[in-house]
Amino acid sequence: MSVKLRLDQIGMTFRTPNGAFTALAPVTLSISPGRFVSLIGPSGCGKSTIFNIVAGLLEPTGGRVLIDGADATGTIGRVGYMLQKDLLLPWRTVLDNVILGMEIQGVPLRKARERAVPLLQRYGLSGFEYLYPNALSGGMRQRAALLRTLLFDTDVILLDEPFGALDAQTKLQMQEWLLGLWADFGKTVVFVTHDIEEAIYLSDEVHVMATRPGRIIESMPVPIARPRDRGATLTPEFMAIKQRCLALLMAGHDSALGEAA
Amino acid sequence: MAVQDTGVGLVRAPSAPDARPLRSVRRLPAQKDWPMLAILAAQVGILVGLIALWQAAADHGWIDGFFWSKPSDVFATLIKFFATGDAWTDIGFTFRSTIFGFFLGTTCGSLLGLSFWWSRNYAAIVQPYIICFEALPKLALAPLVILVFGIGLASKVAIATALTLVVSTLTTYAGVKALDSDGEKLFYSLGASRFQVFRKLVVPHCLPWIISVLRVNIGLALTGAIVGEFIASQHGLGRAILYAGNTYDIALVWVAVLVLSTLAMIMYAAVSWLERILRKGIRQ
Repeated sequence: MSVKLRLDQIGMTFRTPNGAFTALAPVTLSISPGRFVSLIGPSGCGKSTIFNIVAGLLEPTGGRVLIDGADATGTIGRVGYMLQKDLLLPWRTVLDNVILGMEIQGVPLRKARERAVPLLQRYGLSGFEYLYPNALSGGMRQRAALLRTLLFDTDVILLDEPFGALDAQTKLQMQEWLLGLWADFGKTVVFVTHDIEEAIYLSDEVHVMATRPGRIIESMPVPIARPRDRGATLTPEFMAIKQRCLALLMAGHDSALGEAA
Repeated sequence: MAVQDTGVGLVRAPSAPDARPLRSVRRLPAQKDWPMLAILAAQVGILVGLIALWQAAADHGWIDGFFWSKPSDVFATLIKFFATGDAWTDIGFTFRSTIFGFFLGTTCGSLLGLSFWWSRNYAAIVQPYIICFEALPKLALAPLVILVFGIGLASKVAIATALTLVVSTLTTYAGVKALDSDGEKLFYSLGASRFQVFRKLVVPHCLPWIISVLRVNIGLALTGAIVGEFIASQHGLGRAILYAGNTYDIALVWVAVLVLSTLAMIMYAAVSWLERILRKGIRQ
């Protein structure tokens, strides 16, 4: 089985006045092409650090990032990265926001727009193309930000809690929308969330992280057939995975409390 | 929008056995808006009344007509100023120094403010100088500026530029500092170059800040130009005011002030219009 994205022993240690602080203990992770992988864990477990390293925005103090087997450590523009905030530019129309990645890569504006318009129409932003982001609801803004990430045309995309700020109902809709998009585009997705159920429902694999130092403590596959429906969340397999995740997270939480006391 | 009087106050029902002392009933204060025409009539009325009072006071000797002049003399001088005087030369001179200073100061100031984004070290080094220059009473340096730049247009433009430059620099720099670092992260994650981040993110982000100082700057530029003319000049409305004052031609002082105010209002209106157009252009 080939590997699309491989994190090879990446670690992050900061030097502080009180000695070295390990934000991320060496993490190794291999992701096959087209897989949907989630990272869950408490705040401060290094999820965002991993993303910043993979996106080339942060130089790890150890280890390498391999994309298609080639070293990509510290290079930007290799993966699509959607940050927690949608970061739509208020002075650009939705269409011109969505083509930002292509524009930066030097695709002529007209060609970029021609590519984007059908996708906007197909993925629920029809009629919003020429509006400014402030006219959009939270869910719609998130869609635009996700399409911007997808249209950047990289094989790997990183999604950092994209639905964290949405209300429960919109969140469910967006999850279905994302799964549809993922099925169409066949991208390799790394997804960060605090929501265990969201992680399991969407993913092929879930990796549970712990804090101090940030590390992956357990990886589990999600052997539920796709396409999934909401009913899947009530099956015993799903429940078992959820329970295991909860137990791991609670254990980490308790030990953190014990340390603090 | 008047508030409907529902007659409901904070009065307790008298049947309550443990009735506390009644609170005084107070209603939401409501104000009725007059029609536009009435407001306008009041505004014009006050102006006409003041002018009439001034004329009457001078005519009846309540105030000294020599020092205060009077509306009829001012009007006569106004006609003469435009018919036989240097009205248009003076207006043109003041207008040009103001506009040149305004554009030069605003443009250079904005560029300077934007340049602070490029290097935090450079910004840290230069910033104290900018603050010092802001604190400095720049008009106090005007005599020096006249010596260096001469008594022509250049010295007035220089003073107007000095006054507007700092405001633009600091405001634009405030815009740069308000930039969300996640925005830069997004651009870099898309593989952007530094120049692309500057052109596509920093500049559009700072535009509202740059635009917001335009109206302040047009006033400052005019002040700079007038002060320059006060100190040494051959033309301009500032020089006309000073000259008229020195020769006790009080009516001419009023005329020059009147023309200057009109010029100021026209430029202010033009800049406000420019601001609206620009704001619409960037659709914030």
